[in-house]
Amino acid sequence: MSLAGLASFAQVAGIAGVAGGLAQAGTAGAEEAVPSPRERIRRLYFPNVVLHTQDGKQVRFYDDLVKDKAVTINFFFAKCEEICPLVTANLAKVQRLLGDRVGRDLFMNSISLKPEEDTPAKLKAYAEKHGARPGWTFLTGAPADVELLRRSLGFTNPSAKVDKDLNQHIGNVRYGNEPLMLWAACPGQARAEWIVESVSWVMQPEAKPAMAPG
Amino acid sequence: MYYNALGEKVSRRRYREMLAAAKNRRELIAAGLHNRRDLFKMGLLTGTGMLVAKNGLSSRAWAQPFQQGAQNICAGAGLPASPPTRSFIVPLPIMPVAQTVSSLTPAPTIAPNTGAGEVRAAPHQAPGLGFPFPPPKLYRFTQQAIQVSQSPDLPLQTIWGFNDGHHATSPGPTYVAQYGVPQLTRNINALPPLSQNGGFGMPSVTTHLHNAHNPSESDGNPCDFYGIGNFCDQYYPNVLAGFNSDHQPNGDINEALSTLWYHDHRVDFTSQNTYKGLVGYYLLFNQFDTGNEETGFRLPSFPQFDVPLVFADKVYDPISKHLAFDLFSLDGIMGDKFLVNGQIQPFFQVEPRRYRFRLLDTGPSRFYEFFLTDLNNLGATNPFYVIGNDGNLLPAPVQVQSVRIGVAERVDVVIDFSAFAGKTIYLENRLNQLNGMGPVNAGQCTDSNGNPVPTMLAAGQGNLLLQFRVSGTHVQDNSGNPATQTFYQLPSTDAEPRITRTFKFDRLNGQWSVNGQFMDCHTFRFQVQQNSVENWILTNATGDWTHPIHIHLEEHQILSRNRQPPPLAIERSRKDVTQLHPQERVLLFFRFRDWLGKYPIHCHNVVHEDHAMMGLWHVQAEGDDVLVP
Repeated sequence: MSLAGLASFAQVAGIAGVAGGLAQAGTAGAEEAVPSPRERIRRLYFPNVVLHTQDGKQVRFYDDLVKDKAVTINFFFAKCEEICPLVTANLAKVQRLLGDRVGRDLFMNSISLKPEEDTPAKLKAYAEKHGARPGWTFLTGAPADVELLRRSLGFTNPSAKVDKDLNQHIGNVRYGNEPLMLWAACPGQARAEWIVESVSWVMQPEAKPAMAPG
Repeated sequence: MYYNALGEKVSRRRYREMLAAAKNRRELIAAGLHNRRDLFKMGLLTGTGMLVAKNGLSSRAWAQPFQQGAQNICAGAGLPASPPTRSFIVPLPIMPVAQTVSSLTPAPTIAPNTGAGEVRAAPHQAPGLGFPFPPPKLYRFTQQAIQVSQSPDLPLQTIWGFNDGHHATSPGPTYVAQYGVPQLTRNINALPPLSQNGGFGMPSVTTHLHNAHNPSESDGNPCDFYGIGNFCDQYYPNVLAGFNSDHQPNGDINEALSTLWYHDHRVDFTSQNTYKGLVGYYLLFNQFDTGNEETGFRLPSFPQFDVPLVFADKVYDPISKHLAFDLFSLDGIMGDKFLVNGQIQPFFQVEPRRYRFRLLDTGPSRFYEFFLTDLNNLGATNPFYVIGNDGNLLPAPVQVQSVRIGVAERVDVVIDFSAFAGKTIYLENRLNQLNGMGPVNAGQCTDSNGNPVPTMLAAGQGNLLLQFRVSGTHVQDNSGNPATQTFYQLPSTDAEPRITRTFKFDRLNGQWSVNGQFMDCHTFRFQVQQNSVENWILTNATGDWTHPIHIHLEEHQILSRNRQPPPLAIERSRKDVTQLHPQERVLLFFRFRDWLGKYPIHCHNVVHEDHAMMGLWHVQAEGDDVLVP
């Protein structure tokens, strides 16, 4: 089977960009070295896009927000009237329960789904309104970058129609530990105490001094 | 800046995907795959001739089903496809039979031996009900990292398995248990430290014995997890339901279980840990299902003609060629490589006679519909018998042309190969599933040419899972003829329920829920009265999604689907997982007997389960009256 034949199979599957891949492949250069599992995860899931915090600071998603950290990540937008106020209030409670561990052992991140509308100033007002304290970062950025992040982190609906409806956006909260490659998620509306317990599994690894039962 | 062939700006990430896709395609060609049949056999063609290689079958993200005009386009999507592997060149691995130990040090204790590192939720209930302690059979299972070959075309894989002291395997050693012979397993967590999980997996475990009529503290509850260096002694009484209630002292023979399995159930991490290998079989025999084809029900003899099969679909990274897990899926994970007993597309040499196969779908999210396919006679229908559903023998075998199961379901089948002497045939999955939503629903979507994507693929167009090479030489077969066999009667469902509870399985902004609530290890939704009858109504409020719903402790019978008797003969059976189809309302009958303690109800698409589509309940002396828990 020819290259062209294979490409046409792929097109049947409704997948764009294959021909582009082939066209570019000639200039792609040498084969890649095998990445470590951690590096593989970074490449697949953590695009290092530029974002802006509620304080107007410019940050890189991977380098500044995720790398070497235990984190929570969720998506919201300031004018969302249905699920976001519930999740944000819940996360505020999570932050209160964790006390000063947030900002030291855990970093919370909330990314706007309406980045063109949610300016840093608006995010700051939103954060203050909800009692967010240091260690909880509200983020905005170029719409294409935010969309890439949303998709990379799996905050998507498999139904195209639902995926376009911002009122039905994914309300889950990812929690994870980047260097330990531990990732999971819980509902943003889960009981705050339960979210704290869940997050603690990746903040405080369970490894204990090994015992040797017989 | 990165561009595709159309001159459109694409992200660096998208560009990398395109490179990976091109590399895959070069590998396909390098591997000498020249025609469609080769591609089928490699598992690289799917659906209506779609090439899987581009993006794999993972449900994830950036090529979700999309809308074009009025059409919903179906597309598999997500992670890069697995590297090519040859099929049917490695024999089917058979899991070793689990070996007992003569003693355990320290000796098992009725109360949890916390000083020695045991983590158990409560003292053993069984000794107080007259069961021997310690029981006559003891096992010492160590959960540890192991290196295995899953295909000769892939490097050795570091996964997690079970070590009984003789074999460290995944799937783990097969327990061969007998009714009336209680046993205890010391499950030891010796998994590698967190920093060595290889990209996924939580080294914190709780091992559930799926389908067993077991006391709560030995059930392997999702909340009873423990870390590295700890262990849990799990007491398996191997006793018939009813022994301490309506059928004292030995229980109801019509509640006999046959095909159980064990798997990790760690809350929030079950999908990763089972995908990484923490699964195995537990077979339970008695005076009727004897494992000997010359006695009892005369089912094909174990182990030569009674073969447990573990099905799993997985993805391998195209660059490292190591097992990969989609960490950020909420919907479900679809593999593009099909493993049977831990090997990608093996072959199995069989004699031209009857075999019993136990088929288990370990997920993470795929439904299968199994057919027997002769690639040289695609028009033929090749019937076989279903003898058990979810490990429980039916009242009588049911002849079928195919059988569908979801994650965690089992079917026991009898296949007679005598008609195929000298031929090669295949066990084929023809059910079309593109993402975690479940099998493609009729009319749900089209391909990019506007053709409807079918639910069921044509013979030879599905996933060839296992190749049977049937010898031409006649051999002895003393097993019974399924056409004339009968097994156990179904227990009566006439009893009036003490209460009828309703469970709505829902999805609220992507948050999987049961009655609008989420899994929480400290919240018990309701209290079942010990030794009482309940009816449960399961309803599906999630649109097009299908969910395999599992309930611990007791089996159920399906009284109705959308107020009609279950349409399939094999569903007139005892179940522990019920498929809840789109828009469905299913009515279940339960008797909750004998044991006390906490148990869950949950979706067994393990990705949904890990994202809180689960709830805990108790069995206590007194029940409550919560109708919508």
